[in-house]
Amino acid sequence: MSVLEIKDLHVNVETEQGTREILRGVDLTIRKGEIHAIMGPNGSGKSTLAYTIAGHPKYTVVSGSITLDGEDVLEMSVDERARAGLFLAMQYPVEIPGVTVTNFLRTAKTAIDGQAPAVRGWVKDVRESMANLRMDPAFAERNVNEGFSGGEKKRNEILQLELLKPDFAVLDETDSGLDVDALKIVSEGVNRAKEQTGLGVLLITHYTRILRYITPDYVHVFVAGRVAEEGGPELADRLEEEGYDRYLDGAVVS
Amino acid sequence: MTSAIQTPPVAPGSRAHSDGAGAFVPVQTRTERTRSYDPADFGVPAGTEVDWKHTPIQRIAGVFGDVETDDRPGDPAVDWQLSGADAVEVGTLAVGQAPRGEAFTPEDLPSALAWKHTGEALHVVLPEGVELDQPVVVQLTGNGVERRANGHVVIEAKPNSRGTIVLRHAGSTTFAQNVEVLVREGANLTVVSVQEWADDAIHAAAHQARVGRDAYLRHVVVSFGGGVVRLNPSVELAGEGSEAELYGLSFSDAGQHFESQVFLHHKGPHTRGDVLYKGALQGETARSVWIGDVLIGRDAVGTDSYEANRNLVLTPGARADSIPNLEIETGDIQGAGHASATGRFDDEQLFYLQARGIREDEARRLVVIGFLAEIVQKIGVPDLEAHLAEAIEAELAGGVLPS
Ligand SMILES: Nc1ncnc2c1ncn2[C@@H]1O[C@H](COP(=O)(O)OP(=O)(O)O)[C@@H](O)[C@H]1O
Ligand SMILES: [Mg+2]
Repeated sequence: MSVLEIKDLHVNVETEQGTREILRGVDLTIRKGEIHAIMGPNGSGKSTLAYTIAGHPKYTVVSGSITLDGEDVLEMSVDERARAGLFLAMQYPVEIPGVTVTNFLRTAKTAIDGQAPAVRGWVKDVRESMANLRMDPAFAERNVNEGFSGGEKKRNEILQLELLKPDFAVLDETDSGLDVDALKIVSEGVNRAKEQTGLGVLLITHYTRILRYITPDYVHVFVAGRVAEEGGPELADRLEEEGYDRYLDGAVVS
Repeated sequence: MTSAIQTPPVAPGSRAHSDGAGAFVPVQTRTERTRSYDPADFGVPAGTEVDWKHTPIQRIAGVFGDVETDDRPGDPAVDWQLSGADAVEVGTLAVGQAPRGEAFTPEDLPSALAWKHTGEALHVVLPEGVELDQPVVVQLTGNGVERRANGHVVIEAKPNSRGTIVLRHAGSTTFAQNVEVLVREGANLTVVSVQEWADDAIHAAAHQARVGRDAYLRHVVVSFGGGVVRLNPSVELAGEGSEAELYGLSFSDAGQHFESQVFLHHKGPHTRGDVLYKGALQGETARSVWIGDVLIGRDAVGTDSYEANRNLVLTPGARADSIPNLEIETGDIQGAGHASATGRFDDEQLFYLQARGIREDEARRLVVIGFLAEIVQKIGVPDLEAHLAEAIEAELAGGVLPS
């Protein structure tokens, strides 16, 4: 059984004001098939954790480790991590002018699988996944994320999740900016991907709303760059009522 | 949009967006430039003049000579062949024969020389009300860089005609060329000039267009090949409700200098203009220069205008100069703005692609192709678009992208 392990992770970012330590000793273990919700206030370092797992060059790992089935993820380039089975659904998906969704998906699928997908099956898979996510087929010929609304961008991320079939997905605030209908559609997509591939999920969110549609096995409260408390789904209910104030007392928030 | 002016109403100075240099460039109002049919009125450029300071004077000097075209019996300096739509009418115009010169007055020495030394200008006419069923292609092939050529072409779209003219340049020569474009009332014309010269070609071209009432001009400059290509389009939106879209696409390799000084003059009321030039540069001495002047005249009320230049520098040592300038003489406009950006790869785009498993070199290739495809997609000539997409792939394959 695949496992993604993060141990005592410390991460810095270079800012105009100098080096800042954002992650201050993160420990997390996620097995395939498990859903872990990471909940925390704005600025607590959730996106930093997501980007660090994916290997964004802006973030410097000072100490600690990330391993995938014992393999050192930190040694891998960004694309190697993706090919090893990691996926990041971004909070702010990037526009790629002049590159159509169709071209992008096929190029990514080919890279991940090491060979081009069989044409007929692939076209059908793309069409079905788009229909499931209630995406207009016309999106296939549009440039990646260009002129997409916030919700359309998030659907496009989940479309990639469904088609690329990673072992582990980090979903960074996939729920933010979605109305209830879109939230349901996107959540169904994540649940479908999990059913089909036994995906492990790191579900990063600010609100408990999405947890009505995607049931977490574990909830981690993330404050000031580390996990402040862990528990089961009931912890989310408590956060719903009490908010993060309890954790923020005494915590250093930028 | 109401009065979305992103630049001072009367531009006190052109803003230099030169890569690296960031130097302030003193203004000379574009309409103050010398205009004359007589080469003697210009003098030989020294390289300090505002319109020559970015051009490699030594290399382009071949077009400064006051000489006839080096045609030899059965062996012209530049071969030309016209193909495509039958409906188009082709003739010649002597100096002084209308409409030659109706919308064209040379603005620099090579242009005045090209005027003087072209006895018979090619006249391509889209007859009134005719819609061409396919593009007209004029293939010009140079027979050697040591051969000097002069040319003047008049493209005239008669009222309510519609069509596309493509000028394709290949081979090599030292070429001073004028292209005069008349877009009559209600006409819809696309003019594309494609430079796929050999590496040593020298090409100084002046395009001048006048767009009539409710007429539309799409003008596209594509430069992939040549040693020095300086192609300066100047478009006057003369008639009420006239429109122009001016696009440029270039890929400069080591040793190549591609330059366009674009002038868009909103003269009539309720005109619309959109200028977008994009360039990729690859190789240590690759150069591109874009100077974009937009003038919104006194009578050009209700103008909507936007100009932008974007450059992607693929390797260290390549250099793009980009200077937008907007001059507005009336307060009553819909909107006007400009943008200029020269950058290396967008790290966020590369990260996004790589985070989907795409290797870095492939990700870079996708980003460059995508960057340039925006212009390719606007040309509207499917065969040419397919050819240019392949040409971009070839350009990328020819140079080594850093990884
Ligand atoms: N690339 C960056 N440059 C500068 N500061 C950053 C960068 N990324 C994150 N930070 C800072 O790190 C802190 C945590 O940010 P982030 O990880 O985005 O938090 P969250 O996703 O929990 O809202 C914030 O104070 C933010 O300003
Ligand atoms: Mg975040």
